[in-house]
Amino acid sequence: MSVGSIVLVVLVLAALGYFFGRRRAVAASAKSGVKLHSLSGYYGQTVALFTAVPALLLMVAWLFVQPIIIESRVSDMIPDSVIPQGGALSLVMSDVRQIAGGLDAVLANTELSEEALNSGEVDFTTIRARMAEVGVALAGDVPQEVYEAAKAYRQGADIGRLMMTVAVIGLALGLLAWSMRRIEPRMRARNVSENFVQALLIGSSTIAILTTVGIVFSLVFETINFFKLYPASEFFFSTVWNPQFRGGSDLGILPLLWGTLYVSLVALLVAVPVGLMIAIYLADYAGSTLRSFAKPAIEVLAGIPTIVYGLFALITFGPFLRDWIAQPLGLGSSSSSVLTAGLVMGVMIIPFVSSLSDDIINAVPQAMRDGSYALGATQSETIKRVILPAALPGIVGAILLAASRAIGETMIVVLGAGAAARLDLNPFEAMTTVTVKIVSQLTGDTEFASPETLVAFALGLTLFVITLGLNVLALYIVRRYREQYE
Amino acid sequence: MTDMTAATPAKSPSASEARTRRRNASERRFRLMGLIAVAIGVLALVGLLVSIFANGASTFRQTYITLDIYLDPARLDKSGARDIEEISKVSTFGYAPLIEDSLAAAMAERGLTGIDADDAADLISGEEPAMLRRYVLNDPSQIGETVEFNLLASGRIDGYYKGRVTMASAELDRNVSPEQLMLADELKEAGILTTRFNWDFFTNPDASDTRPEAAGLGVAILGSLYMMLIVLVLSLPIGVAASIYLEEFAPRNRLTDLIEVNIANLAAVPSIVFGILGLAVFINFVGLPQSAPVVGGLVLTLMTLPTIIIATRAALKAVPPSIRDAALGVGASKMQAIFHHVVPLAMPGILTGTIIGLAQALGETAPLLLIGMVAFVREYPAGPPEGFFDPASALPVQVYNWTQRGDPAFFERASGAIIVLLVFLLFMNLIAIILRRRFERRW
Amino acid sequence: MNMLSDAAAEKALVKKMNEVNYKMVGKDVSVYYGEKRALFDVNLGVRNNTVTALIGPSGCGKSTFLRCLNRMNDTIQGAKVTGLLTLDSKDIYDPDIDVVELRARVGMVFQKPNPFPKSIYENVAYGPRIHGLARSKAELDQIVEASLQKAGLWSEVKDRLQESGTGLSGGQQQRLCIARAVAVSPEVILMDEPCSALDPIATARVEELIHELRANYSIVIVTHSMQQAARVSQRTAMFHLGNLVEEDDTDKMFTNPSDQRTQDYIMGRFG
Repeated sequence: MSVGSIVLVVLVLAALGYFFGRRRAVAASAKSGVKLHSLSGYYGQTVALFTAVPALLLMVAWLFVQPIIIESRVSDMIPDSVIPQGGALSLVMSDVRQIAGGLDAVLANTELSEEALNSGEVDFTTIRARMAEVGVALAGDVPQEVYEAAKAYRQGADIGRLMMTVAVIGLALGLLAWSMRRIEPRMRARNVSENFVQALLIGSSTIAILTTVGIVFSLVFETINFFKLYPASEFFFSTVWNPQFRGGSDLGILPLLWGTLYVSLVALLVAVPVGLMIAIYLADYAGSTLRSFAKPAIEVLAGIPTIVYGLFALITFGPFLRDWIAQPLGLGSSSSSVLTAGLVMGVMIIPFVSSLSDDIINAVPQAMRDGSYALGATQSETIKRVILPAALPGIVGAILLAASRAIGETMIVVLGAGAAARLDLNPFEAMTTVTVKIVSQLTGDTEFASPETLVAFALGLTLFVITLGLNVLALYIVRRYREQYE
Repeated sequence: MTDMTAATPAKSPSASEARTRRRNASERRFRLMGLIAVAIGVLALVGLLVSIFANGASTFRQTYITLDIYLDPARLDKSGARDIEEISKVSTFGYAPLIEDSLAAAMAERGLTGIDADDAADLISGEEPAMLRRYVLNDPSQIGETVEFNLLASGRIDGYYKGRVTMASAELDRNVSPEQLMLADELKEAGILTTRFNWDFFTNPDASDTRPEAAGLGVAILGSLYMMLIVLVLSLPIGVAASIYLEEFAPRNRLTDLIEVNIANLAAVPSIVFGILGLAVFINFVGLPQSAPVVGGLVLTLMTLPTIIIATRAALKAVPPSIRDAALGVGASKMQAIFHHVVPLAMPGILTGTIIGLAQALGETAPLLLIGMVAFVREYPAGPPEGFFDPASALPVQVYNWTQRGDPAFFERASGAIIVLLVFLLFMNLIAIILRRRFERRW
Repeated sequence: MNMLSDAAAEKALVKKMNEVNYKMVGKDVSVYYGEKRALFDVNLGVRNNTVTALIGPSGCGKSTFLRCLNRMNDTIQGAKVTGLLTLDSKDIYDPDIDVVELRARVGMVFQKPNPFPKSIYENVAYGPRIHGLARSKAELDQIVEASLQKAGLWSEVKDRLQESGTGLSGGQQQRLCIARAVAVSPEVILMDEPCSALDPIATARVEELIHELRANYSIVIVTHSMQQAARVSQRTAMFHLGNLVEEDDTDKMFTNPSDQRTQDYIMGRFG
């Protein structure tokens, strides 16, 4: 049974459970003359919740665990001789999965029967032709063992699916019966179902933790694999980035980090002064007409997807910089450059800085301003001498958050900064960043055994650690700052 | 200001006046800097939008060539049995001559000469024979009839009428010659070649590198729609549930603190890291298919959750405690007070936050690149729910995809796609604003 | 929870309760908000069909005591209640007691009128609905009408039951809140400065209503206004700095209080 129909069955059972649970409660109350503790609907609700929720959770867990079990069993079937020199088991396993998928397609689209396949009547050459017919093209030679493993993989998946169907629907039915049985008028159905709902609420809020765990787990796991294939010291200290898909690559992170920091620096040099001045001007100076149209305009800037900025950098701003500034000055001939990406990214971060600064400046108590004005200070003197110093920690926090955003930004640098890893000072040169390289190493046909692919996870981990550090520091500073005025 | 400084007796009047002047000048400078900053912000927005619209607006008009095509049975169905199996054996190449002949006939009728039929046929998009074949296979009874078709002109011809291609550039171009452009002009005069609104852009799937004129957003729009559905269905209930717990029930303890810190940090984790998460967990670990909306939807859900949680908590906080007291006072349980009163009152705020979260998710590109949504997809995904597992593209990814192609006509398409994306976003934000205005409540 | 260990004291309490016909009794009630102690060993009873006024300067603990009577203090984080509180001789802080049921029996009206932003009808019908008091629409209509009658609001709103409760005037809103409390047929009604947000005319109307309600309910009212306490209550309890100073017949309290602090407060020397 497909996942969709299992879900449907469980939901129908739950709906029936609600209906009959409610009826049963009303009937029991009428028969025994005992008043129901809760409204009758709550009795139905307990049945429905107990029927649906555990069963669906079991199904989700099963979907996660089943592939792991099957993989480990099937991979035992593959002898070492089949694994190509220098390759890895995971590569062969991806072949196995592909063939298994192909077999499914063949069975679905041709007259070939399940029995014929499993009895071994059809040999692999026929199957291969059939697969090509239904649009599954296999690359390279496929050893007999791999074909057998693919068949076992399919069978495992089929059996697993059957077991899952039985287990999930069985669990739903079992809990349906159990929760029906325990209905009696004195049962505190409202409390039971409310506790159940509260457990669900708690479960939902732990998704945030699970996400973080998932991120850390996936990054660390593959990074360790990477460092098994490639020395960590080289990765962190080499100044050369030169991946070769035939092996023997140089994968030093330093030029990427340099590009990242350089672009971010340019972006911050634009965004911080402009953003800060916008916040100050709109809060303290602007008339209501200007504010009513400038404020939304700045907010719109924040709502525009980064791909739009990227495209702008690629087709308008980059060529403009090259034709009007870089080439006349003889500084470079590339339309993608640190300056292109940095300036466009600066514009992207302006609203971020200005709205954070706005919050922070507004947190400075009015009494402080009044005190300054009462001494005869001008508005700008009050801002420069009183408000900004008072708000400084908060603004530093805001700048750190902006920096973290600049470092993690992807699309603008993919389209605007270029792809060449370079340690250079000329801002009109194309350079590349950590995020650009994550994208280029992980898109296209990726095989998860080569250091050239796995390096992306190490880059991702580096990026994650840097941005996390900045965020935690910034949030800490901002929180401390807020507490000061609360 | 003058009063204050004048009241300082220690200084001579002229010195204090000069000082005041200096201070006022600095005040004006500061004010001007502020104004410049605002101007930079607004000009950046205007420049961004103008550039995108200037580049992309022409996407919505497309050059077509209208021809009567005789669906020759001698070529399409030699047996004459109208057997679909037989007809489908005629490949796309078998249809190209029909178009070529029809164009030649139209030219002859109007006395247009000086170019050989082969070159003339190059005015028409290479995509069209395939279209013709689909048309015939769809309705074989049309064989033998003469049917009028609006055929896409090739990208270069289209570019000629949009100013991208000129006679001078055609001299140097292998793909188009000045003679072909002149023919196009003559066809235009004859009314065969026209420029019209480009509906195909919204419905066509992507096209190959050499056929920008046929590339459309159909698959991308559908893929984005599927993902938004998944994001909405998952992130709204989970986000609201998490917010209710954190705002209304959670005791102050280590676990709560941990969750709070996590949410604050997830909101600031670079989007590409979520892409890595999706690739490692959903594709490699769970084994979901690449390029599938379901994976994109899950990744975007995780990204959107912090936004929704933050907005929902603010909305819940805005409901005054007196409402909770009122409900508890008549004997409602805490859960009843929250679900009967607090949540409905916070709903406009929750929905506004959700729409803004969805809008963010709709424009998100980087994580989708990593889970394989850049793949060249020409097939429409099936209807949901199976379609969630079929390969698809997404609007912002389609933009990225087109920027990576060689033909400059794709830049026009990319800008056009951005306009479509921005219109969607505008629409969503308008709904959010209306919701906020309509249901805003002052306590 | 400090259960009464002294059996003799408990017996004496029960005896006394039977004598004066107490509805609710607090014995050695103390309340802590985190580290801070807000109420010190208060002993106070609520009599049947009597209006008991709690008076005292701001922050004296009178509202805190009131909120103990229907366990609204449960909703405040870090609040802890010790001592014994009974309703019809049953401990209301007993783990077996469903707080929801308790609050249905001990209704509450708040300082600021807080109608739900729903229709007038829905405001009153909400309580009966969640407690399953009506088996049919007609029955519910009846409860709503009766409750609005009791709150003296029926004639003013009977033609606009579907209009929003928040559209009423302040005084009407407060009477709507009283109707809402009455609709679940409570035995005790707690009122936390119910007139402090109302103008004098609306206040007079609500006070009149309290007077009428005494026939069927025990009422505890917290008030800042000495005149109001004198006008509406039969018993008055004076709180000061978290202590119960004294509790007596209202007439006696206002003419001849036994404690100097009460006298000072009534004379307006502090507070």
